[in-house]
Amino acid sequence: MPKRFNIGNTYLAIALGMSVIVILGAYNNKPATANIAGFEADTTQWPASFGFGKAATPQQIAVWDIDVRPDGLGLPVGSGTVVQGRAIYNTKCMACHGSIEKALPPGAKLPAPVLVSDSTSKVKAIGNYWPYASTVFDYIRRSMPYNLPGSLTDNEVYSVTAYLLNANKIIKTDAVLDAKTLPMIIMPAQKLFINDDRHGGPVIR
Amino acid sequence: MESQDKEAKDDQPFIHKKISRRLLLGGAATTAIVAMQSSLGKWIQVAAQQPILKTDDPTKRIGPGPSVVGKRSPFEHPGRIKSDTSSRTPLQDLYSSLTPSDLHYERHHAGVPLIDPEKHELLIHGMVNKPMVFKLADLKRFPAVTRTYFLECSGNFRSGKETMTPQEICGLTSQSEWTGVMLSTLFREVGVQPKATWFLAEGSDAAVMTRSIPVKKGFDDAMIVYAQNGEAIRPEQGYPARLLLPGWEGNTCIKWLRRIELSDAPFMTREETSKYTYPVKDRIRQFSFEMDARSIITYPAYPNQLEPGWVEIRGIAWSGRGKVVQVEVSTDAGKTWNAARLQEPVLDKAHTYFRYLWQWKGDETEIMSRAVDETHYTQPTLQQLIDARGAEISGYHMNPITAWQIKRDGKVLFKPESWK
Repeated sequence: MPKRFNIGNTYLAIALGMSVIVILGAYNNKPATANIAGFEADTTQWPASFGFGKAATPQQIAVWDIDVRPDGLGLPVGSGTVVQGRAIYNTKCMACHGSIEKALPPGAKLPAPVLVSDSTSKVKAIGNYWPYASTVFDYIRRSMPYNLPGSLTDNEVYSVTAYLLNANKIIKTDAVLDAKTLPMIIMPAQKLFINDDRHGGPVIR
Repeated sequence: MESQDKEAKDDQPFIHKKISRRLLLGGAATTAIVAMQSSLGKWIQVAAQQPILKTDDPTKRIGPGPSVVGKRSPFEHPGRIKSDTSSRTPLQDLYSSLTPSDLHYERHHAGVPLIDPEKHELLIHGMVNKPMVFKLADLKRFPAVTRTYFLECSGNFRSGKETMTPQEICGLTSQSEWTGVMLSTLFREVGVQPKATWFLAEGSDAAVMTRSIPVKKGFDDAMIVYAQNGEAIRPEQGYPARLLLPGWEGNTCIKWLRRIELSDAPFMTREETSKYTYPVKDRIRQFSFEMDARSIITYPAYPNQLEPGWVEIRGIAWSGRGKVVQVEVSTDAGKTWNAARLQEPVLDKAHTYFRYLWQWKGDETEIMSRAVDETHYTQPTLQQLIDARGAEISGYHMNPITAWQIKRDGKVLFKPESWK
């Protein structure tokens, strides 16, 4: 009995020594404990990683990562033209956004926003208000048409984007949009945009 | 059995149905279980005929027993006012700063999705060391926090006619106690790279709603919340999990959150370029995140009717930049201002209930409130906003002082101000 007890004690001492090293190691690892928002009063040591969740696979990221930035990052392969876009628009978009070629009858109201700016109206539309062409592509691809969101092919999205930019007099009728040409478009409204300059305090902005 | 059926039926028709005296009388049980002593001297329960009670005295009638899910008194009918894309909180029906979950305002861009929490996943990728996927159950395992914050749509301003209620003027603000995981906890888990300055938040609705958010906010106080007022978050508020950015415009707090992508630039999505931006003189203001301080008197307000005498003026005040430090009330159309009493505890970026006792002597006047926050910002008048932003001012980030006209006959009417 005494012998076994001694052995147990030795193991205990080793285990204690190891845990001291582990705790000191964690203590010196500042990012694991320092100033975690909301946990200032929490005295428990946080592990370097909780280990919850699992690594994302490149396949899963590829399926969901559909966003497009103004610099073209995220634009898919493919291309589209104004002529192709006109046909798609008239089939899949016109019912809500109205015909681009024919004016609305007086008093008529569309169920969706007007997409083409004209010089006589103050309506905010792509030509006079949208600062980046990439946004047109990104928005159509992720959420249009309203009744069948995400149903257009990338080529169709390029084409509808081309048609709308042409209708707003941003690009020529023979323009071809793809991952290379789309980010080069400079939208007229871009120069109007400024970052928020409100920051509290007594001055009203 | 008959008695149970009767009780179950009694439970049903109370919802959104006006209670008449007839209904109360008709609802009185004609059969009741009563205790009787049997011939053997034992106490037993038997059904007995009871006379129809000719009274609505609740002390003379046994009420229904416990229920699985409670409901409001049949005499109370608070409700949102809804349009195709939004619904507004009945601010005038609330007695304190918290909004019951089923009255929280809504603003959807493609309806409310039905999401199975077992299948829902949150992907965090981009400029991170470890791209990760978290199931809802994973999110719940992380250290959690509970905090009370208001949430307000930045398009929360209506005007135009005298017969408008607080709900119609600015009912797109609500408050909940939110529970979830700090986004900083998840950022730490995936290892956000130092060069990441923005992140994209994306929803799992049919709009696949997206907004770009500075990474700094993610580390400061952003949360991913899965609970609201103690229970699972409501579908209309983002079930099973949403982003919550305290004090920031509601649209940035992406509901039904499925993806976060770390980046070194904003993505310039539709909702941060063609929407949720507004003219300021000859420019368009963008990334206008914080909700400036605001208040509104919710009593007395249209359509209340005042009697001369003591009136406790009541309302809510809030600021997206911190605590409300003072609410001032004017009962003489803005000539003089007095401090209202603030209901403690006053919380950071939260609706703060205020009260101000006033004796109305029957004179025609206007009453109004203005909030002051801890940055020393004072809620402006509409004219101050026009002076700062120009006459082409739009409906976004409008927080003007709201005035109520008190007529000699005690009628209370909104004071709409036109500017175009």
